[in-house]
Amino acid sequence: MPETPQRPARNLPPLSLHIPEPRYRPGDTPDFGDIEVPAVDATPRPGEATKPDAMRELCYGLVRVLDFDGQAKGQWDPRLSPERLRAMLRNMMLTRAFDDRMFRAQRQGKTSFYMKCTGEEATSVASTMAIDRTDMVFPSYRQQGILITRDYPLIQMMNQIYSNRGDHLLGRQLPIMYSAPEHGFFSVSGNLATQYPQAVGWAMASASKGDSRIATVWCGEGSSAEGDFHSALTFATVYNAPVIFNVVNNQWAISSFSGFAGSERTTFAARAVGYGIAGLRVDGNDPLAVYAATQWAADRARTNNGPTLIEHFTYRSEGHSTSDDPSAYRAADEATAWPLGDPIARLKQHLIVLGEWDEARHEAQAKELDDLVKMTQKQSEKLGILGHGMHQPFETMFEDVFEDMPWHLKEQCAQMLAEQEAKFGPDWKPE
Amino acid sequence: MNMIEAINSAMDVMLERDPNTVVMGEDVGFFGGVFRATAGLQKKHGKTRVFDTPINECGIIGVAVGMGAYGLRPVPEIQFADYIYPGLDQLVSEAARLRYRSANDFICPMTVRTPFGGGIFGGQTHSQSPESIMTHICGVKTVIPSNPYDAKGLLVAAIEDNDPVVFLEPKRIYNGPFSGYYDRPVEPWSKHDASAVPEGYYRIDLGKAATVREGEALTILAYGTMVHVTKTIVEEMGIDAEILDLRTLLPLDIDAIEASVKKTGRCLIIHEATRTSGFGAELAALVQERCFYHLEAPVERVTGFDTPYPHSLEWAYFPGPVRIATALTKILKD
Repeated sequence: MPETPQRPARNLPPLSLHIPEPRYRPGDTPDFGDIEVPAVDATPRPGEATKPDAMRELCYGLVRVLDFDGQAKGQWDPRLSPERLRAMLRNMMLTRAFDDRMFRAQRQGKTSFYMKCTGEEATSVASTMAIDRTDMVFPSYRQQGILITRDYPLIQMMNQIYSNRGDHLLGRQLPIMYSAPEHGFFSVSGNLATQYPQAVGWAMASASKGDSRIATVWCGEGSSAEGDFHSALTFATVYNAPVIFNVVNNQWAISSFSGFAGSERTTFAARAVGYGIAGLRVDGNDPLAVYAATQWAADRARTNNGPTLIEHFTYRSEGHSTSDDPSAYRAADEATAWPLGDPIARLKQHLIVLGEWDEARHEAQAKELDDLVKMTQKQSEKLGILGHGMHQPFETMFEDVFEDMPWHLKEQCAQMLAEQEAKFGPDWKPE
Repeated sequence: MNMIEAINSAMDVMLERDPNTVVMGEDVGFFGGVFRATAGLQKKHGKTRVFDTPINECGIIGVAVGMGAYGLRPVPEIQFADYIYPGLDQLVSEAARLRYRSANDFICPMTVRTPFGGGIFGGQTHSQSPESIMTHICGVKTVIPSNPYDAKGLLVAAIEDNDPVVFLEPKRIYNGPFSGYYDRPVEPWSKHDASAVPEGYYRIDLGKAATVREGEALTILAYGTMVHVTKTIVEEMGIDAEILDLRTLLPLDIDAIEASVKKTGRCLIIHEATRTSGFGAELAALVQERCFYHLEAPVERVTGFDTPYPHSLEWAYFPGPVRIATALTKILKD
């Protein structure tokens, strides 16, 4: 083994290596008092055609609309109708009800895996409501709110989660990795930030064809460290692609805090500065701010003013996934100490302040949505759950590797069918 | 036409025929590519159809995936196959899997063109042969032409294919076939039949090998540059060898291989890539699985060595005349 190089005896101070460390660990009492939360009217709203170098401050501030009393204020207020606000609230509540039910289903052993977006519902729901139904969305794995907002059938989401015989993806994908082209929802990948360049490519294709559709894409703050993220931003700025980059900064990438993606030095929105892209840092728990920022970016993209990077400053209230135990690495009550509150509670309060909602209606709606999810779950489970046998015809395993099956896959398929026949007999059918 | 011109012609034909075809890559636009494979295409078809990209292979392939999902047929160029590695995740995890994971919701009809192989004093980062990596990815087709006529027909078929294709261009034979003797001048393609390349549209279906030479003494499986090197040595030694040019490694023409080896009873596999886990290992396994009782001698491999591609010692690395002649002598001695 080679010897470790020794420091030469020189009269210079020793260098030191910085290893980031989150401020709070299990047992600590979190205090987020130092997080700067600007007033709702503190952030100006520039015109959609503003040059990126004139809006750098927006990468370091926080676009906010709803104050903590539930009032909408400032230049960013999107002035949505009460009907629209109630629809937004419903989508967010349905997303949460779905998450809770599916989380429980995983704990009951009905599927292998689930990922909740608790506390982050605004980032996907409000963002989706601010773009056109025909725009293409390249989601990451915590954007179930997009499908729910676009009225994708809940039962199809559940069928995918259960890998049952109704699963449109034939049991091939990990639960929650949906695909829904007719709802403008790109197939979710298990690798992170890979969809960033793909969204740019889609947006470039749309622009080159003279289409009017734009693309939006998602990653977490952790995976903004991936090379694909930076490739995408380079291509987007070079070709002025009509794309919106969403970075959901929920503070945690499994057990790594955002410092390991570089948050100790700058904001994630400020990544845009080096690329000459417009950047917005947004209160991700403020549905109206998310809506307003996305609408701004969409208008910008649609008028050939180029891409926008939006950092949604939020907090991951739950574990990374059902395979994760956040109590092992972070302070127990961080979520409640988070200074920006809960997005559903904030929107509810706003509607109440407007006189367009009340506690009784809220409770009734929560129950209605919970019942809807429960009823859907029962229907889905009739089509099977993961672990109750195999739900797809065996030969589907070999289909769609290529458009047409080459000889070697045909041979392997025949081999597998013979193995299964030896095991289950010739009359076996999917459950 | 030489091979570069034939490849250029294939893209020209497809840009003309299909408004969804786009050509992209480093330097491919105004300049026409470092090997000139895209020369004149931007001028003829416009900047949105043929355009330069940043030096970013992950971006080039990733963007092409998104374009394919939109409905275009991107033909990205990676300037040297050695540079494909930064873009490999987009190829392996995204392009190759998209159809499967989305159950046909989304497809990725892209053709990644890239020059590969050695013999041009390119050193270790301009000479590699990564074909076995490509064939190990489920969902990608791998094509390697060995002459201008095939290059055009196969590239047209690749661009028309609805699956991702890696199109590896043996750059040593862009201008003319290579004898294997580095000190002999290359005879330009214009002196060979394969230079007769039709101007218009034609295609050669993927998955079909070509019989370069019929023979009875043994079967030689080769592709790309090695087809020509092999042919030279066989003719010099006066051996009655049957040479198959595989042309596509995946899908592979197993029927042609099986029929030939059963006829001759001997099989020699020749490739330039490194030996261990090279595509020759796959071929050797297939041949012994299917033709064992017809074999008169063990299947032999002639390959590059398991070292990075050396610069100044390139011709000692290259599986040239001596290595091939030695293997031929050995396999034919019984």
